[in-house]
Amino acid sequence: MIAIIDYGVGNLYSLSHSLAFLGIESKVTRDEAEILNADKLILPGVGAFGDARDKLHETGMDALVLQKAKAGTPLLGICLGMQLLFQKSYEYGEHEGLGLLPGEICPLKPDIPDNLKVPHIGWNGLHILGDSPLLAGIQEGDSVYYVHSFYAKGAGNAVKATSEYGVMVPGLVQRDNVFGAQFHPEKSGPVGLKMLKAFGEGSLC
Amino acid sequence: MIAKRIIPCLDVRNGRVVKGTNFEGIQDVADPVEMAKYYNDTGADELVFYDITASFEGRGLFTDILKRTAAQVFIPLTVGGGINEVSDFERVLSCGADKVSVNSGAIKDPTLIERAAKRYGDQCVVLSMDVKRVDGQFRIFAKGGRVDTGIDALQWAHDGQERGAGELVVNSIDTDGVKQGFDLEMLAAMAKQVTIPIIASGGAGKMEDFKILFESVPQVDAGLAASIFHRKEVPLPELKRYLGEQGIPMRILREE
Repeated sequence: MIAIIDYGVGNLYSLSHSLAFLGIESKVTRDEAEILNADKLILPGVGAFGDARDKLHETGMDALVLQKAKAGTPLLGICLGMQLLFQKSYEYGEHEGLGLLPGEICPLKPDIPDNLKVPHIGWNGLHILGDSPLLAGIQEGDSVYYVHSFYAKGAGNAVKATSEYGVMVPGLVQRDNVFGAQFHPEKSGPVGLKMLKAFGEGSLC
Repeated sequence: MIAKRIIPCLDVRNGRVVKGTNFEGIQDVADPVEMAKYYNDTGADELVFYDITASFEGRGLFTDILKRTAAQVFIPLTVGGGINEVSDFERVLSCGADKVSVNSGAIKDPTLIERAAKRYGDQCVVLSMDVKRVDGQFRIFAKGGRVDTGIDALQWAHDGQERGAGELVVNSIDTDGVKQGFDLEMLAAMAKQVTIPIIASGGAGKMEDFKILFESVPQVDAGLAASIFHRKEVPLPELKRYLGEQGIPMRILREE
């Protein structure tokens, strides 16, 4: 069973329905026992980093997620949930992240040219840089759906696929059992479903 | 490189898609869920559902359709029509909408934009507007384009962004239904006012109209249309292939 971490951030309808559509069992939960017993975790999230980090802490979910991730349970962060996996964010101030992935979350502006809009919203092609179980069956140029204004910098070889938006935006990141998608796989049509299926069904060890 | 988006719009009244349709391979051509699945499978980049029901029962049917669609279609869904309060955002977001489009509700009370943006984030709030030329000025029209509000459309777009709208849908009443192309002059003027994504609506009649749109107003991010897609006057997969061949960045679905 996949536990989708419920800490009061974001709309989880599509995520839970996309997993159900794929025949993968999941539950939106903040119950400690359920999370500890889960085979895999998904950390969702939309909104601002600082707020989300606070809510994660207030609900006690941060400690649980860290405990599970460190024990080797596959964890997938999506959008803001992916950004929370990094060490630090500079979104409206400076905030500590969960520190499961190397690097920092920085604003797209001023790194990208003036003619490009923020947020980066819409479909963008993936450039595949490295191997990841989530990229099985994904081809160079396959498009995924992004909505974000901040991006990961300094993630090094944890970056498995990027999309070009003035800079190379890390789209899919992974280190060992910790995965992150800056795009929304649950909104990325057949390409996104393929990745969720790989996460849900793969052994990922 | 980010792709330009092509967005079919489904007007739903009493649980059915209005405007004539001509679909092969679909049992029920007016069933919004079947139509949404068809568009999803043929490469639509996003879908807009517009609730034009007046009745309470109709509204219930609409949210049911939304739920069933969102359980099977995994591309962004925008919902509009009858959004007057923050509670209306909640109603459609909890049924699977990703973005909510406000039009009349924002004219009645512009603070709706900022209240919703604060609660759900800018990316969730789409400001939709019907624009018509009056005495050399672009004006906002209300009530489905029947009433001149006297509001300057360029100022309205600018203020909408300031209040927290994350995207604009700009529909030209002057070109809507005429099928002679998008309102390029108006869209170019709009593009000078805002930095958020612009979705152009009104006037598309053939594939070339989309090419001209994206080439002459590069700040436009997406083209929206309804009946030309429903009636297959411009078949969606063909349009996307054509635009891709013409050098417009497109998301093309790969044959499996």
